[in-house]
Amino acid sequence: MTHTAVPVIVDSGAAPPALEAPLELEHPHTSTGQDNRKLLMWAFLASDCMFFGTLIATYMVYKNRSLTGPYPREIFDVPYTSVSAFVLLLSSLTMVLALSSIQRGEERKLRIWLGATALLGCVFLAGQFYEFTTFYREGLTLSTNLFGSTFFTLTGFHGTHVFIGVFWLASLVVHSFRGKLHREHSLLVEIAGLYWHFVDIVWILIFTLVYLIPD
Amino acid sequence: MTTAEHEHGSSADHALEHSHPGATTYVLVGVVLAIITLVEVFLYTQESVRSFLVPLLLVLSAAKFATVVGFYMHLKYDHPLFFGVFGFGLLVGASVITALLFLFGQYPLPAHAG
Repeated sequence: MTHTAVPVIVDSGAAPPALEAPLELEHPHTSTGQDNRKLLMWAFLASDCMFFGTLIATYMVYKNRSLTGPYPREIFDVPYTSVSAFVLLLSSLTMVLALSSIQRGEERKLRIWLGATALLGCVFLAGQFYEFTTFYREGLTLSTNLFGSTFFTLTGFHGTHVFIGVFWLASLVVHSFRGKLHREHSLLVEIAGLYWHFVDIVWILIFTLVYLIPD
Repeated sequence: MTTAEHEHGSSADHALEHSHPGATTYVLVGVVLAIITLVEVFLYTQESVRSFLVPLLLVLSAAKFATVVGFYMHLKYDHPLFFGVFGFGLLVGASVITALLFLFGQYPLPAHAG
């Protein structure tokens, strides 16, 4: 049996629930008292922290140890990547606005904000594709040197996460258009949002540790 | 759905809304995040702060990280269990990075005299 996404309200009195009446939230009937799907997403994100931790550590351990170029300083375009960082930050904002919309039952706004988030994700991916192809033309590939191997592995896995997130968001938009996503399903949007924000915080770290911190 | 269930659902949504910040807070947080990113890029271009650029960037990055996790992911408002689960993974990830950096000599420990 599945549990409802929205906690059940226990009304303290016989009167109909009014705004001034105290309301008690009854937690889902799980051993933790929390929705298992949300808990599972947090556990997955915790495991992803370890995954990206090893990738970031590998990049940093091999930093400045490449025997041949191109080197980071020669090919990084920090202003360009800053715009990508802004785009991803903005997508986090549109994502929470989507959640806020569905919690208020505003389904049209939900679709707009979810669509905007997916679109911004696509812009980020297009930017990353352009960056990768530029680096390739300048002679940096996965096997050129240690920098190339660790950089493409780290940012490539992050890009894959973004791609999956865009696909997920697009599926939510389709669900909403089909009339299958209402305010009682807000937990589904919240869980997708957790994943999307995680992708954003990983980029916050990559942007600082890979692009901004000098050699 | 019965009328009573519908009322309960609506009340639950009201309670859920109150447990999370509103759109205004989200936009304000977004502005703060954008400003911090601008500061980061500005500092990157300044030669005068080159000697302490790394700790500065790390602090700003950590602030952005904590802001997104706290406000956008609602960890500040949610049950402590989620904080515990995520915090454990984060701690392990951070420990792996730190341990490997010292282990492979990116930040060599000072040698003992004598």
